[in-house]
Amino acid sequence: MPIDSKDVTWVEEPEMGFWESSFLPAIVDGLKTTLKHVIKYEPTTQQYPEEKPELPQNYRGVHRLNRDEKGRVKCVACFLCATACPARCIYITAAPAPKTEEWVDRDKYPAKFDIDELRCIGCGMCEEACPVDAIEMTSLYDLTGMSRAEMLFDREKLLSVYDKTINSGKDPARTTRGRLGPASTMVTPEVIAGSSDEKRVPVQAVPEPGSGGH
Amino acid sequence: MHPLLITLLTIGGVLGGTLGACSYLIYIERKLAAFIQDRVGPNRVGPFGLLQPIADGLKFLLKEDVIPAHVDKFLFILSPAISVFTTLLAFSVVPFGAASKDGIFPWIIAPQVDLGIVFIFAVSSLAVYGVILGGWASNNKYSALGSLRASAQVISYEIPLGMSVLGIALLGGTLNLEEVIKVQATGLAGWNFWYQPLACLIFFIAALAESNRLPFDLSECEQELIGGYHTEYGALKFALFFLAEYTHVITISFLTVILYFGGWHFPWFATAASNYAGAEFVKFGVLLFKVLSVIILIMFIRWTIPRFRFDQLMGLAWKVLIPLATANVVLTMVVREFDLNRWWLTVGSFVLFLTAGFLAIDPLGRSRATKRRRPAAAVPVAGGHHAH
Ligand code: SF4
Ligand code: SF4
Repeated sequence: MPIDSKDVTWVEEPEMGFWESSFLPAIVDGLKTTLKHVIKYEPTTQQYPEEKPELPQNYRGVHRLNRDEKGRVKCVACFLCATACPARCIYITAAPAPKTEEWVDRDKYPAKFDIDELRCIGCGMCEEACPVDAIEMTSLYDLTGMSRAEMLFDREKLLSVYDKTINSGKDPARTTRGRLGPASTMVTPEVIAGSSDEKRVPVQAVPEPGSGGH
Repeated sequence: MHPLLITLLTIGGVLGGTLGACSYLIYIERKLAAFIQDRVGPNRVGPFGLLQPIADGLKFLLKEDVIPAHVDKFLFILSPAISVFTTLLAFSVVPFGAASKDGIFPWIIAPQVDLGIVFIFAVSSLAVYGVILGGWASNNKYSALGSLRASAQVISYEIPLGMSVLGIALLGGTLNLEEVIKVQATGLAGWNFWYQPLACLIFFIAALAESNRLPFDLSECEQELIGGYHTEYGALKFALFFLAEYTHVITISFLTVILYFGGWHFPWFATAASNYAGAEFVKFGVLLFKVLSVIILIMFIRWTIPRFRFDQLMGLAWKVLIPLATANVVLTMVVREFDLNRWWLTVGSFVLFLTAGFLAIDPLGRSRATKRRRPAAAVPVAGGHHAH
């Protein structure tokens, strides 16, 4: 539908006066501004390798895979992050949890968990999606590598990022939410006994909307 | 010493001087740009980044010299060479000190060229061939667009450039750059700037446009043309284009100083009469100082003024500079013909400037309402489609 002509406001470019059309005062003004910057020289640059930047807590740097309170990988291999990832750079191979004493409260775990950091666009969708806050992004920003293979972070590397950053003060585990749900509670209630203040999420239910943020 | 030897020495000195000066001018420009933009600028190589130009030069030398498969190889290699060659050649008639035949050192490569100014314009406008050929040989639409713009621009600005200098030729009765300085070396009031302020302005603007520098760098704008004519160039060939641009800046700064600001002349200690020991060097220093000031001004302008749109650029040349320069020539002729006091030229220049300004306000006295109003019905599309 065309706009009604009475709704259209025409803005004319302002008429130029004598000095404006000679351009000179504007040029002198501009030169004054630039000169002022040269004379009152206050660089705002950060000298990077010597000065490190102060990053906000929600900076989206290198990923890490969090550990649970037993030191195992917290991820339950639900594939939500891999599904949410717009860059499709998370590759997970799920496996039934080993039938050992250590894994007795878990059904499933990621046998392989790779993130291609080169394809990652740093959007943070993965950590938003994760129902157990297993995947988080840290404030490590200087991610470098000599080869493509090196930038494909596997599970152990992601866990080591956790070990490196968890006590650095900059990257606290962001929530305490996401302990394993009642399905495992039935097996070993004492595991989650320490978190009775937590809202327990039934295993089948999706996390309530908005709870993924921090 | 044999004159040929001296000439060769001078050429060597000038070449080394300008090339070295170029690289450090780039350093100065980068620092200045950084200061203007509240940055630090090059500061990694050497103290205060002073070795940066050398590192850059090395980088240019050692980089792989790519010649894309789709280019016209001969012209592709030729064009940067033309650019540098012509800009350097223009320098041969520019005196860089108080040139004289009897001194040991001539302070100029080709002394007493009576067509000095014409020679410079002739040669340095050849430099546009470097740009045109470069863009054409690159076989790339952006480059071709850039070089088309460059040719239109340089040809347009050649006219006000030549016109503005005519006044000086009329005043001094010579086109020889050494003579032009001597004519002015009568005192502070002898500088041509006082009699040709308008011409000086026009010359400066046109010369900036000739050297393809911002605010007139339409032929190589990063944003729309991705470098324009030198999109396809890398390594040393790109460096040559860069060098040509900076040499051009040096040349036009020398010309501005020599034509309008008395060259090596400065009252009290660098006059035509001063012949104390080392006077030649003082004059050299004075000239260099003036030139450096002009160069710094050019750099400031570059980092201050945004680029012109192409129609504005052409409009500036054809609607403003050329008529003004012509009027200025006529004014000078009148003053010379009737032997009026020279200061009438100053008055006349200002009158011309004011007239031009008032004409520009509203040339035909059209009222604001009728000027650009479009009928509202001509907007059939809703949304932001008519935004431009
Ligand atoms: S940050 Fe975004 S792109 Fe990177 S792994 Fe997570 S979801 Fe994928
Ligand atoms: S969303 Fe969390 S729990 Fe699910 S696979 Fe990804 S990291 Fe593991």
